[in-house]
Amino acid sequence: MGTEIIRVENISFGYGRVNVLDNVSTSIIDGDFLGIVGPNGSGKSTLLRIFLGLIKPQKGTVRVFDTDIEKFDQWGKIGYIPQKATSFNQGFPATVEEVVSANLYPIVGLAGRIKKAHKEKVDEALRTVGMLEKKKSIIGRLSGGQQQRVFIAKALVSAPRVIFMDEPTVGIDRNSEESFYELMKSLNRERGITLVMVTHDIGAIDKRVNRVLCLSEGKLYEHDCAVSQASDIFKEAYGKRDSWTITHRH
Amino acid sequence: MFELFNYGFMQRAFAAGLLVAVICPLIGTFVVMRRLSMIGDTLSHASLAGIAAGMLGGLYPLWGALLFSLIAAIGIEKLRKRFSQYAELSISIVLSASIGLAVVLISLANSFNADLMSYLFGSIIAVNALDIYIILGLSIIILVSVGLFYKEFFYMAFDEEGAELAGMPVSGLNVYFTVLTAMTIVVSMRVVGMMMVSSLMVVPVACSLLISKSFKNTIFLSVIFALISVVIGLFSSYWLDLAPGGSIVLTSIFILIAVLAVKRIFRMQ
Repeated sequence: MGTEIIRVENISFGYGRVNVLDNVSTSIIDGDFLGIVGPNGSGKSTLLRIFLGLIKPQKGTVRVFDTDIEKFDQWGKIGYIPQKATSFNQGFPATVEEVVSANLYPIVGLAGRIKKAHKEKVDEALRTVGMLEKKKSIIGRLSGGQQQRVFIAKALVSAPRVIFMDEPTVGIDRNSEESFYELMKSLNRERGITLVMVTHDIGAIDKRVNRVLCLSEGKLYEHDCAVSQASDIFKEAYGKRDSWTITHRH
Repeated sequence: MFELFNYGFMQRAFAAGLLVAVICPLIGTFVVMRRLSMIGDTLSHASLAGIAAGMLGGLYPLWGALLFSLIAAIGIEKLRKRFSQYAELSISIVLSASIGLAVVLISLANSFNADLMSYLFGSIIAVNALDIYIILGLSIIILVSVGLFYKEFFYMAFDEEGAELAGMPVSGLNVYFTVLTAMTIVVSMRVVGMMMVSSLMVVPVACSLLISKSFKNTIFLSVIFALISVVIGLFSSYWLDLAPGGSIVLTSIFILIAVLAVKRIFRMQ
């Protein structure tokens, strides 16, 4: 078993009286390609936001790289790819290069300057996602799939150990989705970057991830299974494949 | 043609005008991109309350304006957190409070006079040496701050949550940025007046957004547009005997219309 990147223990979180997460414990292991699934409102995004330190659980502990999340300060190790469609103002006049550079800013430090070495990192990240030639384009004028590649480059530029993704394929076409998963696979296998993906679309990830966390009615169920067996286990647990997201029961 | 520069008041008017033409769109670009265009109007109304308070208490009016707009700026930031789903609500609340306070203070001071009018509509040709020192001092603070925190302000304007996630001290920087906005308002009041102050923060940025090629380019072009507006506005007010503040703002609007028209012609071709 690899090192634990994130460990949550006995966390609970609720909005008002509704308990979204009820005494949940789990961990993200170095090298994982982890899918977090569950029906709408099951707490997937809440769990993701707790992992990222954007919200605090009302009970329980969160440790990131073996450090209490309150004291953790190396956020460059953690990348995040938001849901494309809602993540930014499409009229924002920034170039691809300006957007990707932004994730280096916390590393450069307050009042620090971007130097040549940083610019090379930006080029390298854009080359990895195949968007180097669009470096000077305004981000809002790119297609959905291209914008998503830019956001992957933005996450990659700070050399993260783990990348979190929130419904990353919403609003992009099938071809772009396919190449997105190809890129993710190579980042995971060749660069050893741990990936955590929240999605409602079990069908899209069952062949790709190596572990699945499934949220349902505040509880977390873990399917620690090899890729090839994932679909069989789901078939057994949830019945017909097309209706997984709806008939999801444990 | 340039005999107007022989007059001390015109030299001061140009000095103040050019400084304002640099800092207004500089701060304005971030304000517009954060979709907080109304913040300028709100803070300028708070400044008016400050000016009335200054007149009532015998304080130099620009200090009163600075103090009140800083309080209003911090108030907006605090309320923005309370009503995080409705960013513009905090601005409307502070706007209402500022107008109410300004009206009450003006009536208390019984001071609806020419001096107050000069703050309402600008009196760039009445700018005195002390005004110039205050405008220069505040402009330097604003320029240095944006120079130092350009990266952070850019990231927060593009994606505030992303900036927070990346470990930036977003709350503190937000308060600081709003304080800079308040300073910009106070600096600009003397030039274009409280009623038009936000237009110099917004209209040149709108022109620039139509043709810019990057974020840096947006700031650069909007400063150029604002400089052109101030220069043409001041010249035309001198020659045609028009109100300088209004001339500057109207010039910026003409530029916007011209840019829109040129863009349309290019698209048709």
